[in-house]
Amino acid sequence: MKGILYLEDGTLYTGIGIGKKGTSVGELVFNTSMTGYQEILTDPSYAGQIITMTYPLIGNYGVNSFEKESNYVYARGFVVKNICENPSNYMSEKTIDEMLKEMGIVGISGVDTRSITKKIRNCGALKCVITNEELSEEELKLHLKNLQQREDWMKEVGTREIIHIPGEGHRVVLVDFGVKRNIVRNLMARNCDITIVPYNITFEEIERINPDGILLSNGPGDPKEATEAIEMVKKTMLKYPIFGICLGHQILGLAVGGDTYKLKYGHRGGNHGVKDLDLDRVFITSQNHGFAVDEESIKDKDMIVTHINLNDNTVEGMRHKTLPVFSVQFHPEGAPGPQDSAYLFDKFINSMKGE
Amino acid sequence: MGKNQDLKKVIIIGSGPIVIGQAAEFDYSGTQACKAIKEEGIETILVNSNPATIMTDENIADKVYIEPLNIETLEYIIKSEKPDGILAGFGGQTALNLAMRLKENGILDKYNVKLLGTGSETIKKAEDREEFKRLMLEIGEPVPASIIATSLKECYEFVEENGYPVIIRPAYTLGGTGGGIANNEEELKEICQRGLINSPIGQILLEQSVAGWKEIEYEVIRDKKDNCIVICNMENIDPVGIHTGDSIVVAPSQTLRDSEYQMLRKAAIKIIRSLEVEGGCNVQFALDPSSNNYVVIEVNPRVSRSSALASKAAGYPIAKIAAKIAIGYSLDELKNYVTQNSSACFEPSLDYVVVKIPKWPFDKFNRQIEPLELR
Repeated sequence: MKGILYLEDGTLYTGIGIGKKGTSVGELVFNTSMTGYQEILTDPSYAGQIITMTYPLIGNYGVNSFEKESNYVYARGFVVKNICENPSNYMSEKTIDEMLKEMGIVGISGVDTRSITKKIRNCGALKCVITNEELSEEELKLHLKNLQQREDWMKEVGTREIIHIPGEGHRVVLVDFGVKRNIVRNLMARNCDITIVPYNITFEEIERINPDGILLSNGPGDPKEATEAIEMVKKTMLKYPIFGICLGHQILGLAVGGDTYKLKYGHRGGNHGVKDLDLDRVFITSQNHGFAVDEESIKDKDMIVTHINLNDNTVEGMRHKTLPVFSVQFHPEGAPGPQDSAYLFDKFINSMKGE
Repeated sequence: MGKNQDLKKVIIIGSGPIVIGQAAEFDYSGTQACKAIKEEGIETILVNSNPATIMTDENIADKVYIEPLNIETLEYIIKSEKPDGILAGFGGQTALNLAMRLKENGILDKYNVKLLGTGSETIKKAEDREEFKRLMLEIGEPVPASIIATSLKECYEFVEENGYPVIIRPAYTLGGTGGGIANNEEELKEICQRGLINSPIGQILLEQSVAGWKEIEYEVIRDKKDNCIVICNMENIDPVGIHTGDSIVVAPSQTLRDSEYQMLRKAAIKIIRSLEVEGGCNVQFALDPSSNNYVVIEVNPRVSRSSALASKAAGYPIAKIAAKIAIGYSLDELKNYVTQNSSACFEPSLDYVVVKIPKWPFDKFNRQIEPLELR
């Protein structure tokens, strides 16, 4: 089966079609992680995107039913150099190709992923069509033209109803913009009583739950689209401890009156050095974001930048000058990637204790 | 923090002659270290007994001593050069052992020479098997289970708890006569009985055998601020039981799930932190192919043979960065020498796979070829 990847600048890559037979359109991004393809595919933050893996051998250890970050794949496509049909790992249940087929994801292998990555780095995130059907160039162009570029995915991928996970410890409201399961696992490991709530929860509803603290989750899309959440955070931050992760961090940035912007090609991978300015220490972090908080915009908003990215000096974390409110752009829960900064969950627990 | 301004003159110990087990890799690491120190304006004195290396070329160090690598010579050189510090982590085991003896004999203290980079306490802890085992247990990192037994009953109890196979080594016998690997009760009884008789003091060592497990290595760098990064991990395609030097090795690992990769990465960082290594370090694990169980096999608190492979594989100059750390820099103060505009404090992400295939120069030996084994 032939596979085609067609970029908005007219570049056409031909390879082997994998996964579901079909055609898909989305924003082309790249991830530099060497392990963790299953976690990446099941991370809701990739909604609407077509993921290119820079690591060339994908599927070596197969896939299993335990190591997923959600029950679905929200990404629109998967681009790899080479897939493995004979996985080697005791937990492997099926191949990556079988998983893509089951999840209904169109994929392509056998393309020059290094050149695709260089293109994204030079041009920024690109729109593209991925297909393993017989399509003419005109049809490919038509698909691209018809793509409705939307950025409000956080309204799609999170929970629709309130879910309660009982625990003995601190009562946490987890606002679900597309939360990764490992964030929930990290709270559970700290005995939290967790109430997972939809993205559009109001301040009043949270007051009724009466939690000890609020965690704003990761998620896809442009934070500016999360208008209900921004309004909710403006009020709740005056009353409850807040910890924001990734999109949650950006939403906090907007709630305090700051601004966010789209990065040229985003940070996606498990190897980003981030400096904690308070501790004067560097942590290797897992990242997946296309937007960032503008440093200048939060300076006079009672916020202090606590973390910076060592590669491009962008804001990676911040905290309020007086309130127990803080956030990070990276993923302390890893999955995939290092969990060197999992201490931030402890910091959140401490902030709920009033420390 | 930056460079230690007190350092004006530093001695670097080379690795000596190229022998089996210690090859030209250390010429590369030593040369990198010399250059890294010299470009900081520190006078660099190199001691190496091997003139046939790039390291001893005129333009690498400021001054080269081609002298035997022993404490007498080193004391003489220290006495006449009066260096501020000594670098021993770049000349393999030879340089490390020599530095330890200089320290133990009081020569470093006598002439007020600082051992730069990883300290002598750390080296002792990592090199001494008993001390290392104690430290691993203290920080909760698993090592292969072992006991010293004087009766068959103890052997049976050990196996009941740890399973087969077990390695049996009689104490104080020539060449380990009477030892072996037992895979079942029959073999255990036979080998243990024989071992107990063969040992002049009636003692045998039993160790859990992890032969056949995946052999995974991590190359880690730590600075004195406690920043830690993994340069690269490697997987030996030949499992534990075949020496790394004889194995086909790939970087990065090929059959580890992200959770396994992160579990061992976390363990490697925990170990390098507890040892307080300042510079490069190599940590080797055995990972059960049918569970998430692992044991720590070995730690090299220095630039090792694997570091040379990891350096090339990841495009990260481990020896150079380790030398900069030894003279006072922290990782976040150093630049990535490849990209020039980003930080050295990151973990290389490969978009390729590196394979090392050993080549045995059997034509150089005129005796019979023996099978490859643990050594």
